[in-house]
Amino acid sequence: MIAKTAAFATAALFATSCGKKESSQVVVLTGASTIAPIVVDVAKRYEASHPGVRIEVQTGGSSRGIADTIGGIADLGMVSRVLKDDEPTKLTAHRIAADGVCVVLHKDNPVSDLSKQQLIDIYTGKTTNWSAFGGPDAKIVVANKAEGRSTLEVFLGFLGLDNADVKADVVVGENLHVINSVVANPHTIGYVSIGTAASEAKSGTPIKLIATDGIAATTAAVADGTFPIGRPLNIVHDADTSPAAKAFLDYLMSKEVNDIIEKHFFVTVN
Amino acid sequence: MTSSKNTSLSRSIDRVAQGILGLLALVSGALVVLIVCFLFKGAWPAIEAGRLESFFADPKWQPGSVRDPQFGVVSMLVGSTLVTLLAVALALPVGVAGAVFHRFYAPPALERWNRRILELLIGVPAVVFGFWGLSVVVPAIVRFVPESSGQSLLAGGIVLGLMILPIITLTSQAALQAVPPAQLQAAAGLGLGRARTIWSIALPAAKGGIGTGVLLSLARAVGETMAVVLVCGNIPQIPTSLFDPIRPVTSTIALEMGYATASHKALLFCAGLILVLFTAALVGWLSFRRPAIDSGTGGA
Repeated sequence: MIAKTAAFATAALFATSCGKKESSQVVVLTGASTIAPIVVDVAKRYEASHPGVRIEVQTGGSSRGIADTIGGIADLGMVSRVLKDDEPTKLTAHRIAADGVCVVLHKDNPVSDLSKQQLIDIYTGKTTNWSAFGGPDAKIVVANKAEGRSTLEVFLGFLGLDNADVKADVVVGENLHVINSVVANPHTIGYVSIGTAASEAKSGTPIKLIATDGIAATTAAVADGTFPIGRPLNIVHDADTSPAAKAFLDYLMSKEVNDIIEKHFFVTVN
Repeated sequence: MTSSKNTSLSRSIDRVAQGILGLLALVSGALVVLIVCFLFKGAWPAIEAGRLESFFADPKWQPGSVRDPQFGVVSMLVGSTLVTLLAVALALPVGVAGAVFHRFYAPPALERWNRRILELLIGVPAVVFGFWGLSVVVPAIVRFVPESSGQSLLAGGIVLGLMILPIITLTSQAALQAVPPAQLQAAAGLGLGRARTIWSIALPAAKGGIGTGVLLSLARAVGETMAVVLVCGNIPQIPTSLFDPIRPVTSTIALEMGYATASHKALLFCAGLILVLFTAALVGWLSFRRPAIDSGTGGA
């Protein structure tokens, strides 16, 4: 975390002191903090194989990424959502990865599918016992994420809830903390990035990924956009993008960076 | 001639050493002041915006809510206090009993090895304690109290208690060892048994030293973060039972700082500042008590 923050800070310093068009070989990206860690890692690898090219990454949210790209402050914008209808059409969006959030339960919990409405009832405290869904007669332990996490935003955005509506029994930070909470108490319900959940379930952790509205939680469903809880991770650019920026974008969309995307628990799409 | 040269040399060495030592001592003191200034600077936007009042007046903590943002920290201060007191209540009897055993009953070899293992316990990283708590203590609580989420005040108290146990044991043992042998011999001369000597002579004489250990571990427990964030459940509420989740102040900072935006961050700085002042009050109390402690342990 600290290392990442330091990387952003350094990038921000460089970007402000050097400016954009001082050298044709500098590529500036701004935007979503969800995408920035991937781009920072990809940039390190890209710079090593392309001496003379420098990639600068700054965060500040998806909307800033869009504004900076239109205003010419950034070559590429990082946007962790679908472009809104009122946003300028002169931008082209390229999906570099997808972020999916799925509900996880303990392996021993017989419940295997929960609808959006059922999830709303659980997270607002309307339904408090697993027997309502054919599970055991036990209290549902609701695990919620701490304020500010992107998984929280995605999940509550899907349910259409404000964090103040949520009646949680446990608040956790990291994805792995959610999974460990489910393992520690089999009556817990939590939600995590699909990438994390899938790799944990595969390595033998007693958890399972729950289907939402009948659609199984798989990385493939996230990649093709059919899984309901998720969002695309986009890079946007306008018509007058520099060749250096285009080359870096091509690299971001190539198979060579899939290991980095998976390392950050996102789903590869290219 | 030589001797006067030596004297003047040693005097100038003295002067240089005094300067260097003084500088180092002032730097470490100044650092604390700088940290408090830094916290104050970070917290200023929230103080300036008049948030301090809502800090103590709001019933809930939900800074990220769009519809109804609230910034009450009282429940977190209560959480920090309760989990700390519980940890000390659990660790104190065990720690003092261990110290008495080490000092008066244990064979020297056993005492030495047990003490070394306790010293090792101090060095175990907090995150390891937290992970152990989440994988062992929390499931055990769920087994006994199925309606609890397991991550609770009790789990936090047990894990924190184990973390401060070596501090209490080792300081209590040092205090017991500092009791003047003459007093113990006098007790034996009066025909008192070992148990009676420990209870009526040694423990009262070591009371001050044991108290210092308790205060040190209080300060340690209030500031502990990584272990409690994993086992306390982190719901900002005032608990009604041992099995309710709580959220200590440190957990809030750890959970939210990395993801907070500007105004939210200022609030977290505010919470940190309040915690530092709380600990400062504790340390102040400790320094205030020191004279009594020194005379109690015979100047140890």
